[in-house]
Amino acid sequence: MSENTVNHPVTAKKVNPRIENYKMIWKRLKKNKAALVGGYLIVFFIVVAIFGPMFLSKSPNETDIANKLAGPSAEFWFGTDNFGRDIFVRIIHGMSITLYVGFTSVVIGLVVGVPLGIISGYYGGRIDNLIMRVMDVLLAFPGILLALAIVSVLGGSLQNVIIAVGIFSIPAFARIVRGSTLSVKKLEYIDAVRALGATDFRIIFRHILPNVMSPIIVQATLRIATAVLTAAGLSFLGLGAQPPMPEWGAMLSEGRAYIYDAWHVAFFPGMMIVFVVLAFNIFGDGIRDALDPKMKQ
Amino acid sequence: MTKFIIRRLLQTIPVLLGVTILVFSLMHLIPGDPAQIIAGEAAPERQVEQIRERLGLNDPLHVQYGTFLGNVVTGDLGTSVRSSRPVADEIGARFWVTVELAVYSTILSVFMGLIAGIVSAVRHYTLTDVAIMVVALFGLSMPNFWLGLMLIQWFAIGNWIPESLQPFLQMRASGWGDDWRQVILPVITLGTAGAAIIARMTRSSMLEVISQDYIRTARAKGVKERVVVYQHALKNALIPVVTVVGLEFGALLGGTVLTETIFAINGMGRLTIDAIRQRDFPVVQGTVLVISVLFVMVNLLVDISYRFLNKRIDLN
Repeated sequence: MSENTVNHPVTAKKVNPRIENYKMIWKRLKKNKAALVGGYLIVFFIVVAIFGPMFLSKSPNETDIANKLAGPSAEFWFGTDNFGRDIFVRIIHGMSITLYVGFTSVVIGLVVGVPLGIISGYYGGRIDNLIMRVMDVLLAFPGILLALAIVSVLGGSLQNVIIAVGIFSIPAFARIVRGSTLSVKKLEYIDAVRALGATDFRIIFRHILPNVMSPIIVQATLRIATAVLTAAGLSFLGLGAQPPMPEWGAMLSEGRAYIYDAWHVAFFPGMMIVFVVLAFNIFGDGIRDALDPKMKQ
Repeated sequence: MTKFIIRRLLQTIPVLLGVTILVFSLMHLIPGDPAQIIAGEAAPERQVEQIRERLGLNDPLHVQYGTFLGNVVTGDLGTSVRSSRPVADEIGARFWVTVELAVYSTILSVFMGLIAGIVSAVRHYTLTDVAIMVVALFGLSMPNFWLGLMLIQWFAIGNWIPESLQPFLQMRASGWGDDWRQVILPVITLGTAGAAIIARMTRSSMLEVISQDYIRTARAKGVKERVVVYQHALKNALIPVVTVVGLEFGALLGGTVLTETIFAINGMGRLTIDAIRQRDFPVVQGTVLVISVLFVMVNLLVDISYRFLNKRIDLN
């Protein structure tokens, strides 16, 4: 051993692999321009939802019969509806409702679906079989049908739509998390922590959950888009938000009656749904590529 | 293969049973007394009791489920509390309208999706590819009920097409029967999102196959690019797409609810919505059950065809 080494020991910088991994993901995400646009749009929508209504002088339910069904103009950017309400003002107020429904219903799906998926994948056997068969049953109701069936039971309201869309999201999370848990639990480090005497609870929350977060994040982002679409669909059918709430699906439904005379009443709320869903879809795609570059290739 | 089909059929039974349990539970999960809700809040007790008796709500739960299951197996889906007609008859009159709508939309989705996906993959990372994928993203993000309304506005009401063609785009209030041209707008409305999903799936599947060694070998041997793409690559790239097509058919079945409402088509979807609004729970149960069973059966067929297309896959 040289004298140099003894006198000047190399001080190794302690590196947290998880933080390094997040840095790498962020770097990859920054390279994906489409994902960045999606991310910025989401931030913009959240800012508008929180602060937008403060800058508006009108209330969303302020009627102006003299100007009913007026087309887009400098005074009414998106025109007015059949009660003369300013569609732009209603859309800005409706932004928070749309985002609230999207986020909350996905949180319900996450809170129920993720533990079910982890338990199913981790314990296997009969528990796995039971949980997955229940998920199969929930998945047997195609598209909007499960949410529709739940709302038919609970009754039409925004709160019930959130519950219905939340339940509708559970199987998607449970399945994805189960698959990821199955592959993570086979890894050697899980055997190692088990040999060290870690409890199942600790293994699941400290060692499995952080390692199945990537598919959960991707699924959650894309699922918000689906949730927004489903909730708007239910409100369009008159089973969700009720008038005069400025919910976009309900606004679109109201505009349906005037499609012959005033296209803008249905056009603008629908266009906003497209933009919000699009933002979450491209951001979700971008996160997926950043988290799993192999998948992109 | 026969063994696989039998095993897959057996696996379907618990799912179908689960579906019947969930559909049966719909009536019992209603907060409050379902008979009272169906009869209306102001209804006299005698009328409520009659409905309760008619729906068998006085029996113990397991007896009610047994009766429900027995009836379902024999094709008896109960009686509508609004029209007093058998639910099976109500559905029977509308079943094929919905299936036709879903099938035509699936055909459109597959046709458009495959073409867009293949072109996008063959010209990957070019302007064409980017343009197709942007359009697909929009297609995926569009609520079909909005698209339907806009199509009515632009094509059926607006003067965007010659007047002579406009009658073909007018929807009939009672579904369609003899003129296929009346399905154009509903099919575009319902099929657009599916086309977008299939396009994205085909593109990524094709790109994966195109990067494989055997494709490089074929090219190195001097095989024409057209043959490489359509005979060598596409055949294998289509295998995962089949699963998506099956799932899409299911999603389209669910989507018919909205499309039928917009175009006033008298199918099962519209029947479901009308029944929910009128609190006609036996009809809601019937339509939800029929659509779900149909979806489970389509999934079964997709699984079998998937196995048939790719015998290397072990679906155990």
